[in-house]
Amino acid sequence: MEQFVSYLTIFLIAVFVGIEVINRIPPLLHTPLMSGSNAISGITVIGAILTLHTTNHWIIQVLGFLAIVAATINVIGGFVVTHRMLGMFKKKD
Amino acid sequence: MEKAYINLIYLVSSILFIIGLKLLSHPKTAVRGNFTGALGMFLAVVGVFFEYGTITQNDIIIIGAGLLVGTAIGTFIALKVEMTGMPQLVALLNGLGGLASFLVGGNSLMEILQPGHDTKQLADLQFTISTAATGIIGAVTLTGSLIAFGKLQGLISEKAVRYFGDQIVKVLFLIGALYLGYLNVIEPTKIEWYWYIVLVASILGVLLVIPIGGADMPVVIALLNSYSGLAASATGFVLGNNVLIISGSLVGASGILLTQIMCKAMNRSLPNVLFGGLGAATSSADTGDIYTGKTKATSAEEVAMLLDMAQRVVIVPGYGMAVAQAQHAVRELYNQLTDKGIEVEFAIHPVAGRMPGHMNVLLAEADIPYDKMKEMDEINPTFNTVDVVIINGANDVVNPLAKTDPGSPIAGMPILDVDKAKTIIVIKRSLSPGFAGVPNPLFIQENCLMYFQDGKKATQEIVTALKDT
Repeated sequence: MEQFVSYLTIFLIAVFVGIEVINRIPPLLHTPLMSGSNAISGITVIGAILTLHTTNHWIIQVLGFLAIVAATINVIGGFVVTHRMLGMFKKKD
Repeated sequence: MEKAYINLIYLVSSILFIIGLKLLSHPKTAVRGNFTGALGMFLAVVGVFFEYGTITQNDIIIIGAGLLVGTAIGTFIALKVEMTGMPQLVALLNGLGGLASFLVGGNSLMEILQPGHDTKQLADLQFTISTAATGIIGAVTLTGSLIAFGKLQGLISEKAVRYFGDQIVKVLFLIGALYLGYLNVIEPTKIEWYWYIVLVASILGVLLVIPIGGADMPVVIALLNSYSGLAASATGFVLGNNVLIISGSLVGASGILLTQIMCKAMNRSLPNVLFGGLGAATSSADTGDIYTGKTKATSAEEVAMLLDMAQRVVIVPGYGMAVAQAQHAVRELYNQLTDKGIEVEFAIHPVAGRMPGHMNVLLAEADIPYDKMKEMDEINPTFNTVDVVIINGANDVVNPLAKTDPGSPIAGMPILDVDKAKTIIVIKRSLSPGFAGVPNPLFIQENCLMYFQDGKKATQEIVTALKDT
């Protein structure tokens, strides 16, 4: 329970930080913001890697592999496409 | 490595995520922001290998192959996607995030159930409740996103699919998922419960998104973005990992904020978008009567003449422009007009397109300078100094009924005040109503000319006609 409350504290503080930071983003950049933040949600890849620890049951390995693939597509796809989009927003002379 | 040091690595990567998002707030620093975020992710992955400790050859193969395959697919689709397909891609990526999350939840549970593992954690409510939450949020995110993807890609009807008693069915599935979550908590040794949660929540995700129509997609995409973050955060609670909790909640917050902005731009509440009937029940009132004999059709030559005499022109892009892939033609028109010394700006309604900021991306793709793209609040007070406004494939966002008819489905929605411009040119294929299903009295206004044509063709024809003048 004590552990839970400290996690909850971190969660809520991060939510407020997120709102403060993102509040200032102009509508012009809303799409890159979405794809960029989307890439960050692929952080689950950390979790996916960790669940393979200390186990060699095949089901866990298969599901873990799938989770790593899905999360990595999320991460790489998100960052790459955001980069592509932002290149278009560069100031033209 | 000591756990404290590993957590320190995670802390640094969390901070990099926050700084990265902050830098995304200006076009000049945004590229750096994206790199900062990617660096944070890289650092987190480095951290996880330290946390992993001794790694067997078998693990290296699985993890390495997973990372490689994911990187290859991710890079491929990100480089290949067209800018008009951006909403679909974001929907798909959201869904994959949800998929990864519920798989991690299931794996964590199964791992503990393996013989020889410490089952003490199963008595821990934090673990079991957050596992159930991961299953529900992750699965809803996956299937909801897939439905959104299907709608945006035109694989399934973009229309709001409604049926008798749909609200009750949704509530029943939600209660079902929550009840299974409860069973998972009191009987965590039965792994079946977890997969039943995933199954029921998957159906719930479909039911939640299928009744939402195309014009509400900016809200849905933003909301699913938030869910994918919450799902990642929930896996952080399962694994007791701060970097997952922090980054997940950042994404969750960003999604919720955008959801709110989109709802405000449509003057609707979130429950109204999710459960309301806009676009579904509204009968397509006999629009023929309203327009008959009162609209004035125009031609490329006439438009070119009007433009030639104009000093200030504003272009309003809408979903019709995106569908017609007309952004490059619009850029040509922009070039030609500015060459003639005419001031050209773009008026962008927050919910134009299929995701927040969609129009800006399309125009940026066509090399239109971002300082020419004006937000609604900025450009609205200036419409009375506009000589010609060209509406390319937008409808509801310029419908004056939003202000004048309190009974209209779009009543109260902030709109672009194009009716104040000297001349209005509407490029539209027919007089069919927009998503909201209401006729647009703008079309019969004295100074409004209808150019019945596909958004791209029309623009090209105007460009050609301008060359001849």
